[in-house]
Amino acid sequence: MGLPAILINVLALGCLAAAFFKDRTRCLHALAIAARSFLKILPMALTVVVLVGLLLGFVPESLISRTIGRGSGLVGILVAAAVGAVLYIPSIVAFPLAGSLVKSGASVAAVAAFITTLTMVGLVTLPLEVELLGKRLALSRNAMSLVLAVAIALIMGVIL
Amino acid sequence: MRRRNERSKSAVRPWVLLGVILAVAVVLVITFPGRGQATRAASGRFLVEMAAVLPAAMILMGLFAVWVSKDTVTKLLGQASGVKGIAFALLLGAMPNGPLYAAFPLAAELLKKGARVSNVVILLSAWACVSIPQELVEMQFLGVKFMAVRLVLTIAAVVLMGLAMERLVARRQTSRPRTS
Repeated sequence: MGLPAILINVLALGCLAAAFFKDRTRCLHALAIAARSFLKILPMALTVVVLVGLLLGFVPESLISRTIGRGSGLVGILVAAAVGAVLYIPSIVAFPLAGSLVKSGASVAAVAAFITTLTMVGLVTLPLEVELLGKRLALSRNAMSLVLAVAIALIMGVIL
Repeated sequence: MRRRNERSKSAVRPWVLLGVILAVAVVLVITFPGRGQATRAASGRFLVEMAAVLPAAMILMGLFAVWVSKDTVTKLLGQASGVKGIAFALLLGAMPNGPLYAAFPLAAELLKKGARVSNVVILLSAWACVSIPQELVEMQFLGVKFMAVRLVLTIAAVVLMGLAMERLVARRQTSRPRTS
């Protein structure tokens, strides 16, 4: 287990212990919410586990590096950003996928674009956002996020 | 009844997807036995790594949902303005929150109650892409350097976007220029 995994578990256990001593019923309520969200995210997490296996087992690295690798440049970044905007996976589950993409030849910039649009731009949830926040706000937020994600990706490509 | 049906349908769909992907994987591995070893090894490794972080992230989210109510968030953000408002919006967004669509109703309510557009947009964006458990998971799979650089750039982008959006929306809504 890596250091981040240890950190997040220590943090969760510490907060849980503090919550338990502060207020038992609320702590149990929180655990019930946690269990429910875990069950909700579980099928997607397992799907990603299988996809990562297929990705590393079957997709040749040359294909990945050709489409979203270092040499793919701006086109690769735009492809990754578009995929991230359309897909609807919780980001916490997407990180392993992103990590395996980097390992099999994707560029840091493209992966950064993918994660950033995945979290900030939501085409699937756009109708809901328009309904609740208005067309103007929702559309410009998503458009601006898309542009900024590409900008972040480009800067990350230069720095890392 | 109908709503209940819809809800159970949306709960079942991800499992169906998992089943389909799993079936495809099994067929692929049987057809190309040479690739089976690598596929199983990668999936196994990621299963372990995922199991090491997911429950903890869910627990943090559950605790936050119970201890900090939506009313508290509305109160804190509705009143704060200026740099303090931006900092509050970032901080609240960085808490272990649920999915982004859960933030839309909250944002709508904040706007109705007169919170600044910039703060609401910053809250939404930070909710989406800055979160303490999420950063730790990102570090686990992509390394500390990737996580740190993306975090700094994202925060800058989020604040910039909040301020720009406020100008954009305010120019449409008020005929008079704002004194600020």
